[in-house]
Amino acid sequence: MVFAKISQVAHFTPFQRISNDDLSHILDTSDEWIRGRTGIEHRHITEDEQTSDLATAVAKQLLSRSGLKADQLDFILVATITPDSLMPSTAAKVQANIGAKKAFAFDLTAACSGFVFALSTAEKFIRSGAYQRGLVIGAEVFSKILDWSDRRTAVLFGDGAGGVLLEASKERHFLAETLFTDGTRGNSLTALQIGLHSPYSQHQKDSLSVAMDGRAIFDFAVRDVTRSIVTTIQESGHTVHDLDYFLLHQANVRILDKMAKKIGVDRSKFPANMMEYGNTSAASIPILLSECVEKGMVKLDGSQKILLSGFGGGLTWGTLIVTI
Amino acid sequence: MAVFEKVQEIIVEELGKDASEVTLESSFDDLDADSLDLFQVISEIEDAFDIQIEAEDNLKTVGDLVAYVEEQTK
Repeated sequence: MVFAKISQVAHFTPFQRISNDDLSHILDTSDEWIRGRTGIEHRHITEDEQTSDLATAVAKQLLSRSGLKADQLDFILVATITPDSLMPSTAAKVQANIGAKKAFAFDLTAACSGFVFALSTAEKFIRSGAYQRGLVIGAEVFSKILDWSDRRTAVLFGDGAGGVLLEASKERHFLAETLFTDGTRGNSLTALQIGLHSPYSQHQKDSLSVAMDGRAIFDFAVRDVTRSIVTTIQESGHTVHDLDYFLLHQANVRILDKMAKKIGVDRSKFPANMMEYGNTSAASIPILLSECVEKGMVKLDGSQKILLSGFGGGLTWGTLIVTI
Repeated sequence: MAVFEKVQEIIVEELGKDASEVTLESSFDDLDADSLDLFQVISEIEDAFDIQIEAEDNLKTVGDLVAYVEEQTK
């Protein structure tokens, strides 16, 4: 049997750092309001880098840390809802930028669950025995799709990228997985809705920026996602005490507090970094994981078990329990 | 337990208030509850009473909320 393991992590965020006070100059908002409701203090916003540039920086770090050459990669998956373009994909641009000649590459779209969905997909590629190693990257330039006159949403998001190197292993590292979609609630979180425009069609309006039904998404996170995390842990034969850390999508510190309480785990096991980056959608979990490794909390020596859980537009949600 | 006592208990727990501060007359503004606080309270009340609360915009006071729950659970 072949299994997959996360063998390296990396992240990259734009240099430009925008504070809540900075936003209060362009929007009717305040540091107190944003911080009190979301926990967010800063977000990084790109000046001239596109999504593929952030993802490429992550890919280069993953190669240099692992000592691998680009042509040893079999695949590159990029989870994003803010690609440079739909064609070519962001993953194809990364493949060209690093010269991974033998790797196939494509983007995967599952909003804030994108990284978890992509990691699950990549794990199957390796477990099939067909491929040996690949990169799984979450990358977003969310600032492109925000309505910068809407104080309800513009303050919540940021830009960044993070990713992992996934390699074949003799031992099992992916211990449990659940992935869900509920398209019937899809309208509660939307972006980049492109209408019909052809001379032969009834014209429709575009609705490009992010729109969110706050209460519906709050309920979704604290109810459905929390319940699925608890079930995933139970069905895997673990208890919450077997898990070293819970790396959840970084949307809102109060949602995280609530989820920790409902799951019955000390909040110290839920690392958070939305204070610094805001919600970076598909990039939030790999950025957090990479920071946890930098800080020495996660050791990458196979001695720990962590839970990764993403949730967002679709609606989509998914949880993985991995040895790392 | 009467509806008010249960609602009061949830608000005390979610908003970190003293029970004495939570009366039928208290508005959510008086209780310094922002929109997310109200979502949390509503979410807990929906679970506790097994009801759906749709009209959160019209719930200005604890009394409004109690009346709504009593109506839904009749």
